[in-house]
Amino acid sequence: MPNESKSDELKQDELVKIDYKPPKKDWMDTPVHFRHGTYIYPAKAKNLTYLGLPNPREWSPADEDWKLPDNWKDIILNGMKERLDKYRSFKVFMDICVRCGACADKCHFFIGGGDPKNMPVLRAELIRSVYKGNFTAAGKILGRLNGARGLTKDVIKEWFYYFYQCTECRRCSVFCPYGIDTAEITMMGRELLTLLGCNVNWVIEPVANCYRTGNHLGIQPHALKDMFEMLLDDIQDRTGVKIEPTFNRKGAEILFVTPSADYFADPGIYTCMGYLMLFHELGLDYTWSTYASEGGNFGLFTSHEMIKRLNAKIYAEAKRLGVKWIIGGECGHMWRVMHQYMDTMNGPADFLEEPVSPITGTRFENAKSTKMVHITEFTADLIKNNKLKLDPGRNDKLRITFHDSCNPARAMGILEEPRYIIKNVCNNFFEMPENTIREQTFCCAGGAGLGTDEMMEIRMRGGMPRANAVKHVHDKHGVNRLTCMCAIDRATLSTLMEYWVPDVKVTGIHELVANALVMKGEKERVVDIRGEALKEKKGEDNVR
Amino acid sequence: MKLLVAFISVLVLVAIPYLGITYAGMSSVFGIIVPYAAVIIFILGFVYRIIKWARSPVPFRIPTTCGQEKSLPWIKQNKLDNPSSTTGVVGRMVLEVLFFRSLFRNTKTELRDGPSLAYASSGWLWLAAIAFHWSFLIILIRHFRLFSVPVPYFINVLENVDGFLQIGIPTLYITDVLLLAAVLYLFIRRIAIPQVRYISLVSDYFPLFLIFGIGLTGVLMRYFYRVNVIGVKELVMGLIALKPNVPADIGSLFFIHLFLISALFAYLPFSKLMHMGGVFFSPTRNLANNNRMVRHINPWNYPVHVHTYAEYEDDFRDKMKSVGLPVEKE
Repeated sequence: MPNESKSDELKQDELVKIDYKPPKKDWMDTPVHFRHGTYIYPAKAKNLTYLGLPNPREWSPADEDWKLPDNWKDIILNGMKERLDKYRSFKVFMDICVRCGACADKCHFFIGGGDPKNMPVLRAELIRSVYKGNFTAAGKILGRLNGARGLTKDVIKEWFYYFYQCTECRRCSVFCPYGIDTAEITMMGRELLTLLGCNVNWVIEPVANCYRTGNHLGIQPHALKDMFEMLLDDIQDRTGVKIEPTFNRKGAEILFVTPSADYFADPGIYTCMGYLMLFHELGLDYTWSTYASEGGNFGLFTSHEMIKRLNAKIYAEAKRLGVKWIIGGECGHMWRVMHQYMDTMNGPADFLEEPVSPITGTRFENAKSTKMVHITEFTADLIKNNKLKLDPGRNDKLRITFHDSCNPARAMGILEEPRYIIKNVCNNFFEMPENTIREQTFCCAGGAGLGTDEMMEIRMRGGMPRANAVKHVHDKHGVNRLTCMCAIDRATLSTLMEYWVPDVKVTGIHELVANALVMKGEKERVVDIRGEALKEKKGEDNVR
Repeated sequence: MKLLVAFISVLVLVAIPYLGITYAGMSSVFGIIVPYAAVIIFILGFVYRIIKWARSPVPFRIPTTCGQEKSLPWIKQNKLDNPSSTTGVVGRMVLEVLFFRSLFRNTKTELRDGPSLAYASSGWLWLAAIAFHWSFLIILIRHFRLFSVPVPYFINVLENVDGFLQIGIPTLYITDVLLLAAVLYLFIRRIAIPQVRYISLVSDYFPLFLIFGIGLTGVLMRYFYRVNVIGVKELVMGLIALKPNVPADIGSLFFIHLFLISALFAYLPFSKLMHMGGVFFSPTRNLANNNRMVRHINPWNYPVHVHTYAEYEDDFRDKMKSVGLPVEKE
């Protein structure tokens, strides 16, 4: 295998020389070229085998021969037909695009790279052309004149390349006059590729892990408990408060589910410490689960069936433990699944109760069917009802901006809750330009299973619009912290900031809450939850 | 190349009725058979396409949310861009279908030195689209003058408003100018913006030329080469009453106009122009974001393989016990 690419090997001034002019040659005559830094390594055979997915084998996208099954063409065409019959979205989106091009410069990968096939319209044409050539009369008769083409192995290679250069962020769908959603197209494309065993390991390994151990990182129950011990030690060290959460406890009122990255690695762990401190301070009757130890769902980046297979454990565990309802942590794509798919796939959750906050008595009407509440809905309600003692001054050394994560913004619309919390736990908050936040937010460019090092060039390019907006508030307001409520963001934005805006660190919302939260029995807080001095040393300023 | 194919196709469509009428006297073919055939193809084709879409279920509720969700009572919901009720969805669809809400958001991205990305609101595409679609609709409604006796009052009102500038005789209709200008803009934009030219197909140019041809022949008939309007109305009324009859000396220009319209009608169900019906079917726009409030049913939801808790505990029981995690089976 070639060396992992490092972001510092990419030269910024080279990267920003972007030629948006498409080539002279028609796009159908431009075969894809697998260049290091622009594609992800294929799924390992053992992972596909474990999951019972087709065509496990050793191969590389750079190879000429992809070792496709002999009847690969039938598999794809039958797969397309099946999906056209099952998903109105797919059929309608194949039919109604007028190629107005409004989506073109809305995609972060096109803005940062200039590859015309990263324009959402052309990404969709990659599959639409095959649809026309095989499923429509006009396409069969007029052929290429009508944008139709046959299905060849080169088409499969092209799909693999470009459907894994889409983060399913749905920004284009906001601007499309017909609401054509490239995420939907990409999901179909990836499902079809899955039928041939053309998956990427960065997605399939977490899926296999999650299936077996309950979480993407493959953390087994005893190791999970150890990790929490370390977090709890750190909390005690920094606040003086000893916390003893419970795991797999039957009869708890609430089950809490969050992405495994939150308790695994920096900077997610500080957000996780925030949850632990908040729930402790409230005396909340809740439990963690080692079985439902993953909120995220990389099934979303594989196939609808895989979403359901991984998501099933959430309700199953809630039922087994006999909880009343569920709170979910800060994660982006997790909430696409919890909000838009879970109830349909694995509901109805009639064994749970309509969520009511035991602290404020607030009934979460908007979650009365799924019985799952977003942590920022829960916390915003606490703050609004004055249930938390907060000292926002403890976050004063931070100058904060907020990145709306794609899925909470465009598949849910949870925009004000996080802002309300941030404004209550810190004093210096600055918004990025309006074309880069809320429903127009720019992706971190590492979502949908792209957040791996071998994709570094594509990630740094695609992340440029987000980074550029951060740089704008950094230069203008001295912003030094980028807040987000997504585990993928916390990992990928950190790398992105190191590359484009090195002075800015990434943080979760409940890390800020943890800093500001005044706890019963705490010692004098001189360090923040990262263990860094609360106030920057400025000579006399520090003297009381 | 693609542009040329589309252009020549439309020229051929102009030549067919011209030659047929002028040299073969086939006025009943172009005045009766072709329009009837076109309308039949249009209706059957349109219905077929709608049924085809409707037969595919909507397994998941996947609205694209473009504003604040309905959440806590003190947080203001954006009821139009993120509707949670049917009323909200109707409002969203009205804005989308009548005013092209999403296209109105359009921005232009520019990469400057630094690097620095700038985003400016870009309303031209929206404006041209609005001008085009609304003019087309108003012109279509104005044509009902030819379909009805007596002419309904609202059509006279519409004509007066449309012609309020009172330029020339006959009075210039604003929509005539807007339609041609908008189509011209959409065409120029398609060839002038390199990315849009790159993605354009014959089926993108063809309708533009076709509609321009329809508009142009209409304008020529009204303002320059007057045709026998009484005769035209007689023809149209005859078609509607299913007692078709082609009066003499209507003029070949009219037959070209009628043929192009017939071509548009017959072509529409098989083309991207079906976006006219498709926009109502778009699951990212026509569904309420009430996912956590009301369960959405997937008609083909099927059982899948899962790794159950029991299997999980079997895999890890000893390790769980070693750190004091409760287990179901000892």
